[in-house]
Amino acid sequence: MRTPVFFALWTGIAAAVLALAFATGNDYVFFAGYVVMQYVVLSTAWNILGGYCGYVNFGSAAFFALGAYSTVAIYKFTSENDLYGLPIPVLMLIGGAVSGLVGFGMGYLTLRLRGAFFAIATLALAVVLQTLVVNWDYVGGSRGAYVVRPEEIAPLGNYIRYLFLIMMLLAVVAITVARLIEHSRLGYGFATIRDDELAAEASGVPTLRLKLIATTISGALMGMAGAPFPYYIGYLQPSSTFGLDYAVNSIAMPLIGGTTSWVGPLIGAVLLGSLQQIATVTISSAVNLLIVGCLLVGFVIVAPNGIVGLVHKYWQRKPDDFVGRRRVETDSPEAVP
Amino acid sequence: MNDLPQVQDLLQVQDLGKRFGGFVALDSISLSVPAGERLGLIGPNGSGKSTLVNCICGTLRNEQGAVRFDGRKLDGLDAHRRTHLGLARSFQLPRPFVSMSLLDNIRIPLLYTVAARGTHHGAREIEERCFDLLREVGLDAKARRMPRDLTQVEMRKLELVRAMAAEPKLLIADEAMAGLTHSEVEEILALLVRLNEHGVTVILIEHIMRAVMSFSRRLVVLVSGKKIADGAPDDVMRNPEVERAYLGQ
Amino acid sequence: MIFSYDLLINAIVSGILIGGFYAAVTCGVSISFGILDIVNIAHPAFIILGSYVAYIVNVTYGFDPILTAIVMLPLFYALGAGIYQIYYVSFEKHGQESLRGLAFFFGLLFITEVSLVLYFGVDYRYVDAAYIGPAWHFGLLDIPLRILVPFLVSLLLIGVLQTILTRTFIGRAIMAVAQDQLALRLLAVNPIRIKRIAFGISIATASLAGAFLIIIQPVEPSVGREYIGRVFAICVLGGMGSLPGTVIAAMLIGIVESLTATFYGPSWAPAVSFGFLLLTLAVRPAGIMGR
Repeated sequence: MRTPVFFALWTGIAAAVLALAFATGNDYVFFAGYVVMQYVVLSTAWNILGGYCGYVNFGSAAFFALGAYSTVAIYKFTSENDLYGLPIPVLMLIGGAVSGLVGFGMGYLTLRLRGAFFAIATLALAVVLQTLVVNWDYVGGSRGAYVVRPEEIAPLGNYIRYLFLIMMLLAVVAITVARLIEHSRLGYGFATIRDDELAAEASGVPTLRLKLIATTISGALMGMAGAPFPYYIGYLQPSSTFGLDYAVNSIAMPLIGGTTSWVGPLIGAVLLGSLQQIATVTISSAVNLLIVGCLLVGFVIVAPNGIVGLVHKYWQRKPDDFVGRRRVETDSPEAVP
Repeated sequence: MNDLPQVQDLLQVQDLGKRFGGFVALDSISLSVPAGERLGLIGPNGSGKSTLVNCICGTLRNEQGAVRFDGRKLDGLDAHRRTHLGLARSFQLPRPFVSMSLLDNIRIPLLYTVAARGTHHGAREIEERCFDLLREVGLDAKARRMPRDLTQVEMRKLELVRAMAAEPKLLIADEAMAGLTHSEVEEILALLVRLNEHGVTVILIEHIMRAVMSFSRRLVVLVSGKKIADGAPDDVMRNPEVERAYLGQ
Repeated sequence: MIFSYDLLINAIVSGILIGGFYAAVTCGVSISFGILDIVNIAHPAFIILGSYVAYIVNVTYGFDPILTAIVMLPLFYALGAGIYQIYYVSFEKHGQESLRGLAFFFGLLFITEVSLVLYFGVDYRYVDAAYIGPAWHFGLLDIPLRILVPFLVSLLLIGVLQTILTRTFIGRAIMAVAQDQLALRLLAVNPIRIKRIAFGISIATASLAGAFLIIIQPVEPSVGREYIGRVFAICVLGGMGSLPGTVIAAMLIGIVESLTATFYGPSWAPAVSFGFLLLTLAVRPAGIMGR
């Protein structure tokens, strides 16, 4: 399936989902759906660096939050100077640019590090960024920042419906980008980095350059997911926006869904995201996180290739089609040549 | 001994030194390899052969000395750049890309090294070329299988043919024949000779003396990080120091 | 910035004392990450677990937290051994520790923290002991006993650990398992068993570190998160597995954090240890006394 066709197909699916949401007549569906779509983007973005390249990023929250805080900064600027607020898609591009740049910078600083060190460095970077934002009074610092969400927008009605639509479209973009990467030369290169970086270099793969591309794209997508967040939530606080919950979800969802293709993060995000939304409402948000933690540990032990891997095993299909091209069974041992 | 670098030498290693902490792995190694050479590199285990290869190819950084390839200084160049320039190596312990088929394993050097030199092939051409390469080592039947389905011997062949896929000017085969049967060794030797006849310079690192002696036009011996002999194979094997190094094996 | 020698001296001393405590917090990771190469980012969660165990016993029976922790050592050891067994069978055996091992510990971190929240709630808990409250005064110095006592016991703990690692057979086997598993096997020592023992010891230290923590400050489940970066920063800075290095690095970070908090405000303190970590990783991944 060629990429434009894929994109058109999923846009169509998105339209259908939107229609379904309208049909329920309940605006809460849009609130919950927004979060699920947001996680589709975050998981897909994380998976580009984590699943495809094998580099675990613990700092997803930072990229997400930078996108959000870019919006806050712009919002303050436009409202204080009586300017027209920027439309959400533009804010997304700006948030994406900021986070993409930071992703590039982070990559440049840390990608020469061995796997585990890289993961820890991402955690460190996230905290440093959080501390910077907490101490930046313009965006409210630790007191938080308010962003006023417009009541309505024609012809959709409640503004939340507009936010949901935008986020869903971003999700379609995200999975299209992921799939495009997978089926391109870049995807092959990423896989060699994951399998054996030394052998990749020896085969002529410019590993550092590819890793930088991965961190930049991954960061940019996360930033784009964060950009509309202030409008969604209304009141932004660094402690929750930079929260570890985003990190754990953006890792758990691809691992549970399956890391080798764009399908896994989508499945993981939709399933786990919906589960969490239901749990938060019916039980409590703490139990919600407990479930995520248990599922993560359980899947990682029992089903290392995620749901996609389980489906694959049951159907015994050749790894050439819908389920994704490659199946990761073992990471190669870190033998010194 | 032929230590003086010649203008037409493809590979020039000058006073290469490498330490790991306090341990001297390579001690002022100098080596010149003219284009078209069939060089055998031998030495006891731990003598530094693989370390030398790693330093030449950029997997490890040498602290001392310099490496020139095709007239260019290789200092500071990443391994992948050196591969683009025409230097290819197989790993002593096979390092296949485990999550992709044999075909895809061979595709990688074609996509990233050959393409980097400016020649653009269509997808079909690339796939055909991959099959051709696999056929050279008899692995074409398993083209769509995964590396974990291969025997040890087949993995070594894959390792070698993946290096060949990079269309190198100089190929370093690091113990590609370990564990192979007599006829398999002959197969690989024939392959390397064919390659050499097509203009590829080959450095063969091996323990199988029969193979080394029949293949090499020149022999270099490494012991404890030092080069102790460099010349015609028969002369080198008669060298008393070399005899001493091997009598103990 | 208000500068006075009084503040400076107290900040430095305070930093050294807290640094001693940080060393106790980190020594477990020095073993699991520094020596065994296992990225156990759930370690701080186990420390918090230790804090809550000390809390329950203190509140119910009035026992001293440190003594409680010592009694609990075998339990925590068993927990560590069990976790390692699962880790080994699921990941290490197959060479999958990079992505999935990390995710495993990340999941454990969350499960532990959230379970504590569900059971104890998010209120701060603290313990009572004779040395919590009073402080010693030496001229310019103000040293609260609740920080001094953990400092001293921490150094004792590190001393004991270092002795075990360098003088006992098991200890030396642990140091060896990082470098040459084959050699160990040739000595008829099972490397897996050694690693299990080492990991058990690593988690056992969390019991004591947890007691120290709740003596020094009130604890609630998410407090562990601040320590994730700190712990790895100190471990890397200290040279990965070198206990003396860990102590030096811990005190260094303690001092810098303390100075930053005193003169620039506490909101900048978290960036200190993490910034240090990044710097170390960028410049000298082998740390201060590295291998």
